[in-house]
Amino acid sequence: MKKKSKVVSYNKWGYIFLIPFIVVYLVFQMIPLVTTVYNSFFENYRSGLTQIGPNFVGLKNYATIITNGDLPTYLVNTLIMWVMGFVPQIILSLLLGAWFTDPSLRLKGQGFFKTVIYMPNLIMASAFSMLFFTLFANTGPINSLLLQLGVIKESYQFMSHVWSVRSLVAFMNCIMWFGNTTILLMAGMMGIDPSLFEAAQVDGATATQIFYKITLPLLKPILIFVMITSLIGGLQMFDVPQILTDGTGDPMRSSMTLIMYLNKHLYSKNYGLGGALSVFMFVITGILSLIVFKFTASGEKEKKRSKNKA
Amino acid sequence: MAADTTMALPNRSLMAGQKENGASVQARRIIAYVVLVLVSFLCLFWFYVLFINSTRSHQELSSGFTAIPSTHIIENWTNLKNGTLPIFNGIFNSLFIAVVTAVLSTYFSTMTAYAIHAYDFKLKNFMFTFILMVMMIPAQVTALGFLQLIGKMGLDDSFVPLTIPAIAAPSVFFYMKQYMDSTLPLSLIEAARIDGSGEFRTFNSIVLPLMKPAIAVQAIFTFVSSWNNYFTPALVLHTDTKKTLPILIAQLRSADWLKFDMGQVYVMIAFSIFPVIVVYLVLSRYIVGGVTLGGVKG
Amino acid sequence: MKRKLLGVLLSTTMVAGMIAGCGGNNAAPATDAPAEEASTETATEEAATEEASTEEAATEEAATEEAATEEAATEETTEVAADEGKVLNIYAWNEEFKSRLTDHYKGYEEVDATHGKIGDVDVVWNITPSDDNAYQNNLDETLLKQADAADDDKIDLFLVEADYALKYVDTDYTMALADLGISDADLADQYTYTQSIVTDSNGKLKGSSWQACSAGLIYNREAAKEVLGTDDPDEVQASVADWSKYVETAKKAEEAGYTMCSVNDTYRTYSNNVSGKWVQDGKLVIDDNLMNWINDSKELVDAKAENTYDLWGDDWAKGKTPDGKIFCYFGPAWFFNFCLDADQEGTIANQGGWGYCVGPQSYFWGGTWICAATGTDNASLVKDIILTMTTDKDVLKEIATKDADCVNSKTVLAELASDDSGNLALLGGQNPYKQLAEGAEKIDLSNLSAYDQGCNEAFQNAAKNYFEGNATLDEALEVFKKAVVEKYPEVTAD
Repeated sequence: MKKKSKVVSYNKWGYIFLIPFIVVYLVFQMIPLVTTVYNSFFENYRSGLTQIGPNFVGLKNYATIITNGDLPTYLVNTLIMWVMGFVPQIILSLLLGAWFTDPSLRLKGQGFFKTVIYMPNLIMASAFSMLFFTLFANTGPINSLLLQLGVIKESYQFMSHVWSVRSLVAFMNCIMWFGNTTILLMAGMMGIDPSLFEAAQVDGATATQIFYKITLPLLKPILIFVMITSLIGGLQMFDVPQILTDGTGDPMRSSMTLIMYLNKHLYSKNYGLGGALSVFMFVITGILSLIVFKFTASGEKEKKRSKNKA
Repeated sequence: MAADTTMALPNRSLMAGQKENGASVQARRIIAYVVLVLVSFLCLFWFYVLFINSTRSHQELSSGFTAIPSTHIIENWTNLKNGTLPIFNGIFNSLFIAVVTAVLSTYFSTMTAYAIHAYDFKLKNFMFTFILMVMMIPAQVTALGFLQLIGKMGLDDSFVPLTIPAIAAPSVFFYMKQYMDSTLPLSLIEAARIDGSGEFRTFNSIVLPLMKPAIAVQAIFTFVSSWNNYFTPALVLHTDTKKTLPILIAQLRSADWLKFDMGQVYVMIAFSIFPVIVVYLVLSRYIVGGVTLGGVKG
Repeated sequence: MKRKLLGVLLSTTMVAGMIAGCGGNNAAPATDAPAEEASTETATEEAATEEASTEEAATEEAATEEAATEEAATEETTEVAADEGKVLNIYAWNEEFKSRLTDHYKGYEEVDATHGKIGDVDVVWNITPSDDNAYQNNLDETLLKQADAADDDKIDLFLVEADYALKYVDTDYTMALADLGISDADLADQYTYTQSIVTDSNGKLKGSSWQACSAGLIYNREAAKEVLGTDDPDEVQASVADWSKYVETAKKAEEAGYTMCSVNDTYRTYSNNVSGKWVQDGKLVIDDNLMNWINDSKELVDAKAENTYDLWGDDWAKGKTPDGKIFCYFGPAWFFNFCLDADQEGTIANQGGWGYCVGPQSYFWGGTWICAATGTDNASLVKDIILTMTTDKDVLKEIATKDADCVNSKTVLAELASDDSGNLALLGGQNPYKQLAEGAEKIDLSNLSAYDQGCNEAFQNAAKNYFEGNATLDEALEVFKKAVVEKYPEVTAD
């Protein structure tokens, strides 16, 4: 009772602390956003320097997107490449996180490994892809290596086959972002109240048990974060495939993602179709995120209990 | 309170070590090392290639990849330095924008998260959901609206549109909120109140320090993504001396053919990665060095 | 990827997002960088002041005109009233024009990397890289605001490339040269094609270039001897004089173990010689010559006589060395110096092993055009810059010899063709200026349109799918049409 009354009396501070976010959000994001949605009901683009519209067209932009049938294709492409990159990434991250926090392994050089894994993210995606182009060129070192090993008989055109392009995109994303995930998880692990481990220790738990029974459940909020942001980030995947395929999403647009598609409409400053597309994307992202939330939220109570215990 | 923290890790390892079967630990350790070494190779390899490439002349670069460094690094660097691009301005601008962005973003996102985490108010759930929804809005389309907006506000060619919007960063907020959920008990705040600490002071002197690992993590991410930003700065900044490194790199790459020199491009990429590495190494101590949460125990 | 979002949102939410996105774009240009450079562009722009300008312009014009007659064109602008034309804003995507102006325009003094002075006028360079279309986006936004901008903020000169020149030229945002007081006689020594690129739909000339980048076929002499039994430019020319002979030769080259070149090398040659515009009456039309490109290329790719490498990529660049086993490249004069790496040991160019001939059809590649923006408050200075940089024969000769540009002057090219100074070691001592000048005369660009940049790019990309066997011809053309409509919503394609 006492606790509750205290909290209540301070509640206005909740609003006060929200002010900076709200103000900045309203100015810099809400206005552009509302414009976006508003624009989706108009024909509004530029042909060269000539502005066409805005002319109100109702739901025509939405109808266009639904009828041309491209959206599902690009959604599937996006999800395929996301899964191809994310699955190895989360497995690797959890594995590394577990190893780093597993006391029984007593890994040496942890500082080094932990530092190194994030480093690929320091390289600009554009610089990164310059390297990829060089390495995976027909006459590049990867091909000559494979030729010498006798794996292939003639140079493999990595950029000309559906699955090799998708794999390269996934691989590059994975390399660039797994360190990021691992760090998030480790920071989460580091934040766990040490007394819990002591308690477990007193109870005679093994390292494995500690990982599954304490670390993982307590990590759940961070895991949810990782899942959701990965999903959202995955749906908004853009730079890597954009650069690797020079914006074409080739072969035959099989690596064209949703945002790359959206980006196509920015060429003509097509606020109308672009706006409608982003509304669709918003809905898709919302639904998928909700599913992830539902899947992961079940452990919530358990976590609260253990926290109280602490 | 903090004292027992330091004990925790050694204790854990001792205890766990005793319980595990020795041989299987040995095997797992070997696997771990093999994987770690492989992964480290995959992570560092790119830096090696960048380094190699920055030692090669334009002609050498255009004849494909080699694994052996060449001798042109000084020459490339001198050409770059004596060129017309204001690279030192660029590094300052990039640093300034990235630091301000990282500070604003982490500080205010923590504050926002704290508002939702620590207080009960009518709009709390609405706000939480709302911010999460904001996170799902693809950033690309609002880009053009954003540019028009800053044009109207007269903020063209200034750092304001590149930094201030970082105050409202939903995903940083989300991370902070999740982190607080797992590590910041309300009872601690209660205790501070009982000690007579004002709300704002509690936030600054008790909550912020506790959030250090999370802040360090997000500061790194924010810093790096701001550092590597190209698109918005390219559209917002027009004066050469205000430009950030990625724009200058792009400019170098679209140089006219008499001046085009991939050697310089690679040196410049290497040059622009260097400060991020330093910043990263400094901040990463907070994560890697095992800064644990003292005093969280309720 | 996942975390991209994160990163994105993190830093500046939306802003960051776009950026991340864009980051991507950066890279793409990386590979193309040379292409961009290649395309040279100089457009000067004169900004047109809509209201204020009439009076001011008049006075200012008078003042500058005087000045212009002086040696150092603008020394006397000091006398211009303080509120008139104090700032000359130039928009460009790289430093090419800046260095040309610095080196060859008397009276230009460099202050720092982005500022200069011509007499009393401050020159401000607004350089935005073309990566991710940033240059055009920036230029568009500024031009659209031109009418309301303060005089000193108005764009005076801007540069354009041929691929999108009409986007700007065919609007009122660009000033007709005649309105600046530049007459046809002033420009008589220029090649016609360089003018058709910047002539609007009403026949008004609205820009000028100092470059004339006619291009042809640069062949590997060693390969020519092996395949054709001769490396003489005229005889090689005879065996590639039209596309059917070219295809024949390509197949012979393949039999001798050579690859002719990349399908992307030949594209411009076909696309410069179309019989109609990309878009006619609002409808997308695929020209016969482009279908020829597709069919010829497919045939040669299937026969392994051509490859599908992207220009500027590592694979494509391999042809610079004898090991690359490439029969030829297609390119203009700048290609010799820029792309063939004569300084590098072991390249064909280093051994003087290339030859040059006009090739199956004449075409051009690259060039920078100077346009004046409507509303400029420095009209007379703008006029003088355009005249000096693109028509003054002494300046052009200087540019040709010092900067190795192939300049837009029939007289100067004829001079270069007639003496030995034009002989190039990397071409085995051949003087290519005769062929370059001949090619430049023959280029006919009456079918350019504002849609060229977007359409050509999309067409090549789509065709690649067909060449590489990832799609049938119809599927590839479908993708092409889709891409065009995405870029140009007002165009119909079916």
